[in-house]
Amino acid sequence: MDIKNTTKLFTNFFDANPRLKNYLPQALTLFFIIFVIGYFTYNAQVNMDNRGIDFGFRFLGEESSFDIQFSLIEYSGASTYARAYLVGLLNTILVAVIGIFFASILGVVIGISRLSPNYLIAKVAEWYIEIFRNIPLLLQLFFWYFAALRALPLPKEAINFFDISYLSVKGLYVPKFVWTNFDIFLYSIIASIIAIIFVLKYARKQQEQTGRRIPSFFISVGIIILIPLFTFLFGGVSLTFEYPVLKQMSETIYNYVGGVSIIPELMALALALSLYTATFIAECVRAGILGVTKGQKEAAASIGLTPVQVLRLVIMPQALRIIIPPTTNQYLNLTKNSSLAAAIAYPDIVLVFAGTAMMQTGRAIEIVSITMLTYLSLSIVISIFMNWYNRKMAIKEK
Amino acid sequence: MLTIRRGIIMKKTFKYLFSLFAVAALVFTFACDQGAQQGKSKSKTLTNTKGKGFVRCGVSQGLPGFSNADESGNWSGVDVDVCRAVAAAVLGDADKVKYTPLSAKERFTALTSGEIDILSRNTTWTLSRDADIGLTFVGVNFYDGQGFMVRKDSGITSTNDFQSGLSACVNIGTTTELNMRDFFTSKGISYEPVVFEKADEVVAAYDSGRCDTYTTDKSGLAAQRTKMQSPDDHIVLPETISKEPLGPVVRQGDSVWEDIVRWSLNVMIEAEEYGVNSSNADAMKSSENPAIKRLVGSEGELGAALGLGNEWSYNIITQVGNYGESYKRNIADTGILPDRGPNQLWTKGGILYVPPAR
Repeated sequence: MDIKNTTKLFTNFFDANPRLKNYLPQALTLFFIIFVIGYFTYNAQVNMDNRGIDFGFRFLGEESSFDIQFSLIEYSGASTYARAYLVGLLNTILVAVIGIFFASILGVVIGISRLSPNYLIAKVAEWYIEIFRNIPLLLQLFFWYFAALRALPLPKEAINFFDISYLSVKGLYVPKFVWTNFDIFLYSIIASIIAIIFVLKYARKQQEQTGRRIPSFFISVGIIILIPLFTFLFGGVSLTFEYPVLKQMSETIYNYVGGVSIIPELMALALALSLYTATFIAECVRAGILGVTKGQKEAAASIGLTPVQVLRLVIMPQALRIIIPPTTNQYLNLTKNSSLAAAIAYPDIVLVFAGTAMMQTGRAIEIVSITMLTYLSLSIVISIFMNWYNRKMAIKEK
Repeated sequence: MLTIRRGIIMKKTFKYLFSLFAVAALVFTFACDQGAQQGKSKSKTLTNTKGKGFVRCGVSQGLPGFSNADESGNWSGVDVDVCRAVAAAVLGDADKVKYTPLSAKERFTALTSGEIDILSRNTTWTLSRDADIGLTFVGVNFYDGQGFMVRKDSGITSTNDFQSGLSACVNIGTTTELNMRDFFTSKGISYEPVVFEKADEVVAAYDSGRCDTYTTDKSGLAAQRTKMQSPDDHIVLPETISKEPLGPVVRQGDSVWEDIVRWSLNVMIEAEEYGVNSSNADAMKSSENPAIKRLVGSEGELGAALGLGNEWSYNIITQVGNYGESYKRNIADTGILPDRGPNQLWTKGGILYVPPAR
C-alpha cells in the first residue's frame, strides 16, 4: 500500500465524516500547543528543582528595601515589591503617553509639511524624516542623554526661565501647583466638557436642519474658561505655586528644592522616542493624504472651500481611515521601545522591576513573565482603543 | 474538478499534520534525553569541565584590580586569579579559562542557568543570596565595605556633611543599592538614586555632574577613580557604611565542585601563611614542615579527596601564586589600594583566616 492509496483511504473516510474533517486538525493543533507549553513548563520546573530554586509570587508582598529615583505614587524602601512594580509600570505609562502625544503632533505636522508646495518646508521635513528614522533609537537615546543633556550647566549656573523654572544637568525644575478644593475644580471641568458636547450636537443639528451656522468653537472656548473660573470666584478653589529654590548643600554642590523636578532621564527618553516615532507617523500621514484621490481635493476647491477647509473637512476625514491602522503600530512600537529606558537610568518597569527587583529577589522566571505580560496587556489596551477609534472614523452609511 | 481540489487540500492537511507530529516527536525525544541526563553523576560540573578542557568563569565588565581585560584581551585581577587557580587545579593549566564578562544584573542568572561554572565577580556574600536563589558562596577573597566618592572641591569631608536633596549614582542590582537606602534612611536624609546598568555609565554620570556622589565598594571606588578624567579631583570619604565580603560563587547542588573552588582559594591563602610562593615552591618540596609538604604535594593525598591529582595545589602555587603575590600584582602595585587593611593574614593583624588544608 503506497502513500497515494493511504491518502485516498483517508480522503474517503473524512468525506464520509465532514464534522470530523473540520475539527480534527484544530483539535490536533490545540493539543500540540498545549503539549509545547506543557513541555517548557515541565522542563523549567525540573531544572529549577535541580538547582534548588523554588517558584512563587509571595515575594511580591515582601519589603523591597530599595529606593526609586522618581515615582508618581507614594513609594519608599519600606514599600512592597508589588508597589515597586506599580511605580515602574506608571513610569512606563507616563513616558509612553508623553511620547505618543508629542510624536502624534510632530508626526502630523511633518507629514503635512512634506507635501507642502513650499520647497523649503517640504525639504526640511524630508531631511528630518530621513535622518531620524535611519539612526538606531538606542544611539539617539545615548546622544540626547550622554551628549546633549550632559552639556547643560550645573544647578548653580542653571538656565533660568523667568525666575520660575530652571534647567540644569540635574533636570528641569518647574513650579508645583498647590490646589485647595481641587475636586470642585475637577468637577467643573467635567461639567464644561459635557456642556460642550451638547452645544456641538445642537450646532450640528441646527446646521443640518436650517443651514444656520452657530459659532460653536467660540462658545466651547467660552464654556471651558468661564465655568472653571466661577469655581475660583465662588467655589472656594484657589491655586498657588511652589517655586523651586536654589539650596547650597556644600561648598560647591547646589541643588534646587521644592517645585517639581523633571529628571533629565525622562526628558531624554521622551525626546528620543517622540523624535524617532514622529518620522514614521509622518510617513503614515503622508501616505494617508496621498491616498485620497485628487478629484476629492479638486471638487472641494471648486465649491469654494479654502485650502484649510479642504484639508480639514474633505481630505483629513478620508485620510484618517488610511492613517490610523499603521499609526497604531507606531504607538505600540513606541510603548515597547520605552523599555530602552534601562540604558539611561530612567526608572521604568524594566529598570525597577526586571532590574533591581529581579536582582534582589533572584526570581527571574516570575519577574520576566510578569513584565512580558505587562507589555502584552499595554499593547492590547492600545490596540483595542485604536481599533475602536478606527471603527468610529470608518465610513458610515446614512 | 472539485474532488481533485479536495484531494489536494486533504493532502496538504495531512502533510501539515505529519510535520506537526514530527516536531512533537522530536521535542519529546529531547525531553526524555534531558530527563535521563539529570539523574546522572553528582559532579556534572567537574566532568563537563574536564571534557571541555577549560573552566567557564563569570567576571566583571572591567574593574581594575579585580577583573579587567587589557587591550589584547588578557584578563587579570584577584577575582580572575581564583578562576585561574581552579583551572590550574583541575586541568593543570591556569590559562585554560574562558571568561564571560557579566553585568551585576546578569551574573546570577548566568550562573544558575549553567552558562558559567564559577562566578568570580566582586560579589557580596549575603544571607538571602546564599539561601534563596540557588547559589552557594564558597569563601571570601576580598573583605570590602561600601563608601562614597565626592569631588574634592565640594568641601565634603565626611558623610556627616551630607544634606537632603543629594543625588547618588549607583550600579543596578547590587547590595550597594540596599545599603545606601539603609544608610540615608537611618540618617533621615532624602536623596535621589540614579541607577545605571553598567559601571562605566555610573562613572560617566558622576563625572559629568549628574550626581553629587558615587557609591560602591571602597575597592571599586579606588579602582574606578583611576579611570576618571582627573583622578585627583575626587576623594573617597573615610566612612565605611557596610560589610562587603566579596567571594566566588558556584551553583547550589554540586558539592564536589563547590569544594574544589573553595579549596583552590584556601590553598592560595594558606600558601602565603606558610611562606610558599611561585618561585620557591619547588624548593619547598623537600621542606621539613609536613604542612608545607602537603601544600606542594610531596606528602599526603589531599588531591584525591577532591577528585583531583596530587599536583593540584602545586600547580596553583607555581602558576597563579599565593594570595599575597596575587594581591601585590593586581591591587597594590597598580596603586588601587596599596595598604592591605583587613585583607592581611590573621597572623599579621588582618582577618584572612582559612581552615587548614590537611
